[in-house]
Amino acid sequence: MAAPTMDRSTAAAPASPVQTLTISKALNLGLRASMEADPKVIMMGEDIGKLGGVFRITDGLQKDFGEQRVLDTPLAESGIIGTAVGLAIRGYRPVCEIQFDGFIFPGFDQIVSQVAKLHYRTQGKIKLPMVIRVPFGGGIGAVEHHSESPESYFAHTAGLKVVSCSNPSDAYWMIQQAIDCDDPVLFFEPKRRYYEKGEVDTTATPGELFESRVLRSGTDATLVAYGPMVRTSLDAAAAAAEDGTSLEVIDLRTLSPLDLAPVYDSVRRTGRLIVVSEAPSESSISSEIAAKVQQECFYSLQAPVLRVTGFDTPYPPSKLEEEFLPDLDRVLHAVDRSLAW
Amino acid sequence: MSSPEQWTHPEPDAAPAATAAKPTAEQVIAGLRATDEGGADLVQLLTPEGERVSHPDFDIDITAEELRGLYRDMVLIRRVDREANALQRKGQLGIWVPLLGQEAAQIGAGRAMRQTDMAFPSYREHGIAWTRGINPTELLGIFRGTDQGTWDPVEKRFHPYTIVIGNQVLNAAGYAMGQKFDGKVGDDEGEATMCFFGDGATSQGDVHEGFVWAAVYDAPLVFFCQNNQWAISEPTERQSRLPLYQRARGYGFPGIRVDGNDVLATLAVTKWALDECRHGNGPILIEAFTYRMDAHTTSDDPSRYRLSDELEMWKLKDPIERVKVYLVRQQWADHDFFDGVEAEADKLGEELREFCTNMPDPPAERIFSNVYAEGSPVLDAQRDEFLDYVSGFAGGEH
Repeated sequence: MAAPTMDRSTAAAPASPVQTLTISKALNLGLRASMEADPKVIMMGEDIGKLGGVFRITDGLQKDFGEQRVLDTPLAESGIIGTAVGLAIRGYRPVCEIQFDGFIFPGFDQIVSQVAKLHYRTQGKIKLPMVIRVPFGGGIGAVEHHSESPESYFAHTAGLKVVSCSNPSDAYWMIQQAIDCDDPVLFFEPKRRYYEKGEVDTTATPGELFESRVLRSGTDATLVAYGPMVRTSLDAAAAAAEDGTSLEVIDLRTLSPLDLAPVYDSVRRTGRLIVVSEAPSESSISSEIAAKVQQECFYSLQAPVLRVTGFDTPYPPSKLEEEFLPDLDRVLHAVDRSLAW
Repeated sequence: MSSPEQWTHPEPDAAPAATAAKPTAEQVIAGLRATDEGGADLVQLLTPEGERVSHPDFDIDITAEELRGLYRDMVLIRRVDREANALQRKGQLGIWVPLLGQEAAQIGAGRAMRQTDMAFPSYREHGIAWTRGINPTELLGIFRGTDQGTWDPVEKRFHPYTIVIGNQVLNAAGYAMGQKFDGKVGDDEGEATMCFFGDGATSQGDVHEGFVWAAVYDAPLVFFCQNNQWAISEPTERQSRLPLYQRARGYGFPGIRVDGNDVLATLAVTKWALDECRHGNGPILIEAFTYRMDAHTTSDDPSRYRLSDELEMWKLKDPIERVKVYLVRQQWADHDFFDGVEAEADKLGEELREFCTNMPDPPAERIFSNVYAEGSPVLDAQRDEFLDYVSGFAGGEH
């Protein structure tokens, strides 16, 4: 695909503060805004410079900010994360791109052993304001290791913060907020939604980064999702409405720390909860939500918390991913089960 | 195209390398022996017998006062090490990681650094800590279990001890890249970074990646590998076919093997390497050829894997004795000096014992403190619930 070169002047002074953008472009503009605001913000990753990243998220940034602020690194993920730690200690705010979800594991040791623990080990004397961007999830017909949802590993690890955006406006604001955060943030980007469009108001006042958000109000049951499954859940709610079922949809946005207050509020009203996630269900974000909701909303629940997730298998060959991934029908099937309990 | 063998073996016409003086093949294969001679490339300025020798590439002008200072450093840090080892035996520390035998490698390297340089240690770098102005009492909490290192890494320019083997090498490479990006490299006022790791760590992917990163970004980084011959029970032959310093060639930067029991040679080579780095000619690998005279940790039992006569042989290469002999021979130090250092060591040992036995346990809140820079409401709730539970016991503590 051709990567159009962006003229920096148009990016810095958009014609209108409200633009219709893809998630991909919104992330690009968000990264650009952070780099303009703080000269210590640097990008690190494989093929993110001249190429602009395999998904073009960093398109044009190296051209405008130079090779010392947008680093095409050697091809090793532990190296990317491990050197970002040193740069952060030196006063930089590195934003690392992991090319695909399944390639984060060579960097897992650095993330879990150093990124997550240095602030604690030194009791705050070392801060690691770094962001690790991860395009995640399936649905793009890719080969093995290109469609995974590894977010639970990181949400399980104390010291890391984990967020996921689901729409262009959040993509634009959340990436900037993650870069501003003094804690290390894993930033999961819904790769199959990269080219979905939405309005972004670059002059708006964004909400807090670590807050969940109700995207659609409803009364019969609550759907909770994050990342790529938010669109699926909104579509399911729209379809259910045609049949007279009113579903509330909550975009989790933050996976660690979890912000479940809006979920509790919702479940206390609807009495029913369905958690939707592409990740396998065992020991996952979805199981954590189910555990917490039964603890906090025990007497409000009219049905057990149900989960619509990927299966507890490795990600299958892509000809089977439509069966593997939760879709509108599987979500509505779970809604029916919940309502019929 | 050359054969793969040429890439994994020294060139046929190269000088006999470190393996030349190996003990018998059977002993090495059985894992009972480590290589004991550094080979023809070993940089040495002070022999084990205390003879000052010259080297064509490295030399050092050292005053009597400076050498007395190095001697004092080594004696004091050895005393710290022995006291801490004893404190573990008395149950005051959970574990200790002995430094014994590596004093020259660490004091030489540490004293080569400037205040503006940065150091990334592994977990045996008590001597480096000493040269960075860390009070030895600050090391105790890590091994007593009261903290995980209390010094300010930014102020002291001494990173926390890193226990996962090799992790710190990448962190150091990143820091050194930052020094370069900040424009602090290129002249005599430049900054440099030192990274410390052992022979076992050279097998880690992070160390390899650190070599790659530092090389392609021309980072001002001195890789300081203390080859103490043993990675717990595994001899260096289990980590590499090549002498470790020769690995640098494959990454495109110099590798020097120095006598790690010779404080003068270590100081000279490290100063040179740091100067090269601050002028923009980094990175550089130094292999300090030394020996771990004690166990890996107080939990280890070296009698299960190495022969005791190896230890006897290395005692003859003691890093402190050779300096003492030289100081006496040069008439650079007298009895009063040596007695004074000994008295200072006694006092330091006493302070260490006193401090250690009086260290309070941390409060329960410490479990939850500083997990995040910006906090977490979820964790705050968990902490409050736990503290509320604890306060329910008589006296407010359980």
